Parts: sequence; C-alpha cells; structure tokens
Amino acid sequence: MQNRHSSAPVSLTLPARRHSNFQIVWSVLFILTFLGSYRLAQVKPLLLLEPEGRRNIWRFVTGMFPPDLSWDFVSLLGRPIIETIQLSLMGTFMAVVIGFPLGLLATRSLTFTGILNEREMVDSRRSVFLLRKGTYLLVRAILSLFRTIPEFVWAFMFVRAVGLGPFPGVLAIGISYAGMLGKVYSEILEHVNPGPLESLQATGASRLTILLYGLLPQALPNLVSYTLYRWECAIRASTILGFVGAGGIGQQLEISMRMFNFNQVLTLVAILFVMVAGVDVLSAKVRRTILSRSSV
Amino acid sequence: MYVLNQICKIFDSRTVAVRELDLKIGRGERVALIGPSGAGKTTLFRMLNLTIPPTSGTLLFDGLDSRHFSGRRLREVRRRIGTIYQQHNLVPRLQVVHNVLSGKLGSWPTWRAVQSLIRPTEADLALEALRHVGIADKLYERTETLSGGQQQRVAIARLLAQDPEVILADEPVSSVDPALAAGIVKLLIDLSETHCKTLLMNLHSVDLAFAHFPRLIGLKDGTISFDLPAAAVTDEHLAALYVGSQTEAVEEEIFSRAEPSFVRSCQPHLTR
Repeated sequence: MQNRHSSAPVSLTLPARRHSNFQIVWSVLFILTFLGSYRLAQVKPLLLLEPEGRRNIWRFVTGMFPPDLSWDFVSLLGRPIIETIQLSLMGTFMAVVIGFPLGLLATRSLTFTGILNEREMVDSRRSVFLLRKGTYLLVRAILSLFRTIPEFVWAFMFVRAVGLGPFPGVLAIGISYAGMLGKVYSEILEHVNPGPLESLQATGASRLTILLYGLLPQALPNLVSYTLYRWECAIRASTILGFVGAGGIGQQLEISMRMFNFNQVLTLVAILFVMVAGVDVLSAKVRRTILSRSSV
Repeated sequence: MYVLNQICKIFDSRTVAVRELDLKIGRGERVALIGPSGAGKTTLFRMLNLTIPPTSGTLLFDGLDSRHFSGRRLREVRRRIGTIYQQHNLVPRLQVVHNVLSGKLGSWPTWRAVQSLIRPTEADLALEALRHVGIADKLYERTETLSGGQQQRVAIARLLAQDPEVILADEPVSSVDPALAAGIVKLLIDLSETHCKTLLMNLHSVDLAFAHFPRLIGLKDGTISFDLPAAAVTDEHLAALYVGSQTEAVEEEIFSRAEPSFVRSCQPHLTR
C-alpha cells in the first residue's frame, strides 16, 4: 500500500491490511470458476470470422436493407406499438404497487434493526422481534422468487392461465419487476441518512410518519429514477414477451424473423430504439422536475 | 426531571460509551456538559431523549422508569423532550415549513401529518417559530439551500413547534461560526428561562459554558469527572478533564481557561 501523505510520521499510517484465509480461498475459487466458465461456455470468438459465419452475418445484414417502410407493413404496426407502451406501463405500475410494500417490509432498518427499532428490540417481547425478523426473511424470499423466474417464463405460465394477449404480459412484468423493484427499493431506503430519522423519532413521531417525513423525501429521487429505468427495461422486455404470445411489437418481430423478412426486422428494431430513447428522455425530464421540486 | 442510577451503555458488547453514571437533573435547571470528544456526551443525550436504551442501570424521567415505556406510551414521553443535534438532522429536500412542523409529529394524528405534507396545516405556527429565531423569510425555501447557522435555527424552530418540557442540545454550535454561536446559545437560554424549561447542553466551548450556565458537568471516558456550580469549577478540574486528549481544539480550550481575562478582552461578545 502506497502512502500518499509521505510527510506523515510512520506511526500515523494505517497498518497494512492482512488478507484473511477466507479472502484468499474465495479469490482462488472465483478465478477457477471464471476460467472454467470460459471453457465450458465455449467462448470462441474466431467462429465469427470463419467463412460460414461471415456469410450468414452478411446475408442477415444485407437482408435488412432497405428497411420495409411500405404502407402495407407500417400500417400494421400502430396497434402493436400502442400495445407495447400500454403493456410496459401497466406492468411497471403493477410492479410498483406490489414491489413498494414488499420493499418496505424488506427494509431491515424499518422492520427489525437500526435506530428506529433499537428500543423496541430491547423492550418488546422476544416473540415480537422474531415475528418481525421472520416477516423480513419471508418477504425477501418472495422477492427473490419473483426475480429468479425470468419474465418470459412468467409470461409463458400466464398465457396458459389467462390466454393470449397483452394481459399475461402485464402480469409477467408486474410480478418479475416487483421482485427487482422491491429489492432495490429496500436497498435505497436502507442507505438513507439515519440522522434526520432519529431526530424525528426523538420528537415522538410514529414509524409511519417518520417514513413520510424523513425516509421518503430523502429517498424519492433515487426511487423515481430507478422506477423509470425499470419502465425502460419493461419496453424491451415486452418485446421478448411478444415471442411467447403476450402481444405487442414483439409478436410482430417474431413473425418477421420467422419469415426471414429481415427488412421488416430493421424497421421494428428502429421503432423499438425510438421508443426506448423516448422513455429515456422523458424519465430524465421527470427526474429533473422531482429534484427541483422542494416539497416531497 | 431526570434521575440516572448506575447507567451503562455498551455498544456491540465491546465499546463502553457510558459507565456507571449517576446523575440528577431538576425541573427547570440549566446544565452544561463539557468534556473531550468521545467522552460519551452524545450517547448520554441519546439515552436521555429515549432513542436508545441504556445497557444497564435505571433512567427515571419525571419519576417514571424508562424501561416501562414502549409503543404509544414511549412516543408520548418522547414528545416532552426536544433535541437539537450537532448536524441539525433536518431533511434537506423538504421545505423549511415541513421541517419545522415535523416537531408536531408526536402530537398530530397520522392523517393530519399526511394532510400537512400536501398543504401545511399550521403554517402560521411555523412562521411564528421562524420569526422567533429570526428567519421568517425562509418559510418556503428548500432546507438544503440554507447556511449551517440558518439550518440550526430551523432546528430550533422545530423545537419551538414541538414545545417540549426538556431541551437537550447536543453541541448545537460546533458547526456554526463563533460569532453566531453565542447568539444561538443565548436563544436557547432565553427559551428555557422564559418558559421554565429544563435545558441540558453539550458544549465544546468551555467559555460559553461558564458564561451561561449555573451548573457544569465534566464528562470523561463515559463517567462524571466533576459536577459543580460554575463558580466552583477550577482550572485544575478542567485540566484533569482534558488531560490525555490531544486534539488541538481542546488544548486551545485549556489555554483559553488559563488566561481568561485575555481571551475575554479579545472576544467581547462572550462577556455579558
């Protein structure tokens, strides 16, 4: 470790940190896993340059040009585009509605540790503490379950359950994104400056009002920012969902791909790009507005 | 108001912050706590305002054992104790008016708190409190745009809105420049005098403590080093309090106590 403050006496510099055996073992394991993965995943970049690979790529790329802008095709797209936006919007909304309460319950500093609970931990009965900790663990497990199953598998199941169309897509995004939002919300809330929370608690505020006056105002920009990012992801995800019959622009993309109409594929990809970029611009605007607004 | 008996606070079952501390504070008393950094002053205050429980010992507030408080009862007791923090502990993104009115959270029902967040319900109360601390024009400003001294005034306004019986001020002036510091201490003293509120203040500046408080408590290594009327505190007491602690600021304090007349003549605002 290099000492930047060379003028400081030796006794004031930090002692060099020794690496524990634990750290060494895990580092070695990580490197072995990485090397193993490289082999097992059959990473062979040269394959892209072999004659056959080159030919296929060339055919695919030239097939895309010129993009299909004929009225016959473009007029088909209005409905799927709107469907995709609605699907992603409703999916994200559902994810927030499910994810936010779960996120609160999965926030350690709200449920069972941290300054908000320090006195309760000592004073209340042990059973209450265990109940709270149990709730926390259960909610975290639910959130990981939601996340572990990929959204298109959820869509696949919901298509079986409620039939083809955008609704299974909404459910799929709602559930899987609730898992992600809940986890990230809880992390954002846990990293809020605890000082103001403690001062509110000291005035006799209840946990709910501490949440409203201390926690949310501090966390809001991050919460909104992440939610908007997830909406952007939802637009992309809804494309994949179209592949399993959950409607939207993805369904059209799948048809065009299967028919080898690469020029239509390019049109669709361009539209997707514009949509995602549009959401990006919009979310940047919303974020700025939120940041400049003073109350809540 | 407070009776502390053999109070200990140990963090993570290792770090001893406060050890076997006995203390009695009467209603309406004004007491200054002084001592080197790390003496356990802040920890003591957090126990006194009932945000953290002592590891052992008994803490009586107004004759009631703090261990018996929980839930709603605990919040009702906390409402009677107001705290000013060194780092203000305001919510930076909220408007000043909400930070001031958050002093009412202990007495408002939840719906009232929600309603006030949308449209301040007792803006005139907040304005009155801010006028008292001299920054009435900042009512609707965003708190983080204010200077350190102004934010400390907002924190005092929040205290006024809360209207507690006890005021705990934890180094209220250490992040404020010295000229304003005396003003803020004076404000809190006046508050406790006019409304007969108990006032406990942690102070870095020994001079401010001597100038404004009838009773001084020296805290060192988590226990009481002396507890005397201001007039009875000698230079030996202070030297014993700060011996072994090496921060420059503290050494300056000792020096300044050694030649009080010199220091006073250089800092006329400290003399009454």
